[in-house]
Amino acid sequence: MLVQALGKIGQTLVVLFIVSIATFGLLKLAPGDPVQIMLGSEYSQEAYESLTAEMGLDRSFLVQYADWAINFVQGDWGTSFVARTDIFTYGFKEALPVTLTLAFFSLSFAILIGVPLGVLSAVKKDTAFDAGSAVFALTGTAFPSFLLGILLIWFFGVRLGWFPVMGYVSPWEEFWTGIYHMILPGLTLSTYFIAMITRLTRASLIEVLEEPYIAAARARGEPSWRVIWVHGVRNIAMPLVTILGLQLGTLLQGTVLTETVFNLPGIGQMLTSAVLGREYGVVQAGVIMTALLFIGVNLLVDLSYPILDPRLRDRK
Amino acid sequence: MTHTNLLTVSDLTVHRGAAKILDRVNLSIAKGETLALVGESGAGKSTIATALMQLLDGAEVEGRAELQEAGDLLSLPARQMVKLRGRRLSMIFQDAGAALNPAYTVGRQLTTTLRRNLGLTRSAAHAKAIELFTSVGINDAEARLSAFPHQLSGGMQQRVMVAIALACNPDLLLADEPTSALDVTIQAQIIRLILSLTRERGASCIFVLHDLALASQSCDRIVVLYAGQVVESGPARDVLTHHRHPYTRQLESCVVEIGRHDLVAPEGAVPPHDQMPKGCRFATRCPRALDRCAVEAPPLTPANPARTGALDHVFACWNPE
Repeated sequence: MLVQALGKIGQTLVVLFIVSIATFGLLKLAPGDPVQIMLGSEYSQEAYESLTAEMGLDRSFLVQYADWAINFVQGDWGTSFVARTDIFTYGFKEALPVTLTLAFFSLSFAILIGVPLGVLSAVKKDTAFDAGSAVFALTGTAFPSFLLGILLIWFFGVRLGWFPVMGYVSPWEEFWTGIYHMILPGLTLSTYFIAMITRLTRASLIEVLEEPYIAAARARGEPSWRVIWVHGVRNIAMPLVTILGLQLGTLLQGTVLTETVFNLPGIGQMLTSAVLGREYGVVQAGVIMTALLFIGVNLLVDLSYPILDPRLRDRK
Repeated sequence: MTHTNLLTVSDLTVHRGAAKILDRVNLSIAKGETLALVGESGAGKSTIATALMQLLDGAEVEGRAELQEAGDLLSLPARQMVKLRGRRLSMIFQDAGAALNPAYTVGRQLTTTLRRNLGLTRSAAHAKAIELFTSVGINDAEARLSAFPHQLSGGMQQRVMVAIALACNPDLLLADEPTSALDVTIQAQIIRLILSLTRERGASCIFVLHDLALASQSCDRIVVLYAGQVVESGPARDVLTHHRHPYTRQLESCVVEIGRHDLVAPEGAVPPHDQMPKGCRFATRCPRALDRCAVEAPPLTPANPARTGALDHVFACWNPE
């Protein structure tokens, strides 16, 4: 098992290298010259050359990459040219926690609402409840989240005045206020995932409930709540965790829109303004952080399989 | 005799959509008795066992199944049925590997049953589990408790199932082809194990089998089913040696053929549920069929009219052997 885990970690490092070099390279190829943007419309050739040299843009691609990678690992992510701030502080210490909090809340909503809804739909298969939940799920998947966000702001924020319409308070510092601020954006981002988890839970559970071990559990006198939650739901954990890991990319994409609608200073907002301002360093940092998050979570998903399914523990 | 019966099933009929899977099945089992339900696949043997446990989903069940001191198993409310399952009634399944939850250790599946059904403490359940594992012939019982189902062989898995089924000393054990997924050599061991343990506890046992010879060796009485109907039933030895129904003869000769390494199943197939003949259901495959068989269903008739009672040998045929 340890060998398996080490292999997975090795794979992850290779993926990380490819992602980082690709991000680095793609941004070099992107149109628009950062030196020109910084210098404005009028500048001398010397000024251009000296700033190019100052920024290290006159060196070869691999040297630039290696230089950047070494600095990156050390937490030296350069400065944001436009904002003239330290990218590590801006991106890692300020923006990342916001996005992580948003992602955490929407995933929690998705699981806390989606799993019970899916379980109920599976147990009440082909009833009015099941049909209703299917309609809800379809609407949830089809409805654009930014529109939902605006509707939620309008109704709960403006009309009823129950929730704050924008801004971020860290729930890790001010617990209740933070949660209060996270409810609307969390719900907005999670609708799609609630719908997806509901459908996935329903489909996998219907399949699992046909298994002989479910009948066997009933045959030895287990009450139906235990049959469903202890014997059934335990065995859908693997498809559920797999899909959650893979859909994290979609979730991170969704944070861009949600952060914009709710004015949350997360990675999404940071990336949007950085792309518009052609700030290589910031875009790179944002993309690498997103990639790291995605790869890291999927590594955890892989490593969790033997915990979720004991049959995988003995495989060599 | 009827009043001492542990379980009396009368007119058990099961529909699944338009298909009639069981047609007015009557049977009874006395305390401590072993009964075999024999027939081809599709005869409805397993359906009887699942219907008695109220585990038959998506089917309409009619008739009565009176369990002593409990009432009609077929119409008991779900909540009361949950209390009977595992405690007074339990079941062993065809494929033990599939009937054990892969996510939990076998020990946990056994001790949960003990703790929930008997109210034992964690340590008492653990001790009792070791005792049960030892009694079903699992060596090194304590270590095996922490094994996951996939880590055990098929025979071991079925022993675990037997231990779980007998954990709470049920009055009636339903064994649904408990050995069909196992090697021939292990089959005999498991059957012997189930028989000796149920006998030891004075429990009754209904075996679902498709092997008539195995049934006659291991059970007191045999019920032969064909296409959802009882065609012959009686004491094991009578049914094997003095069978009157041509279908029982085919099942029996089928066994002899295996001995000659020349497996011949009864010729033809059970008619589909929507094309069931009006008369005897076996008529289409019967070598002794008369004109009457096609139009009129034969009733169950005593093979020996001089003797009457629940143990009596009966058959349903117009032209018996």
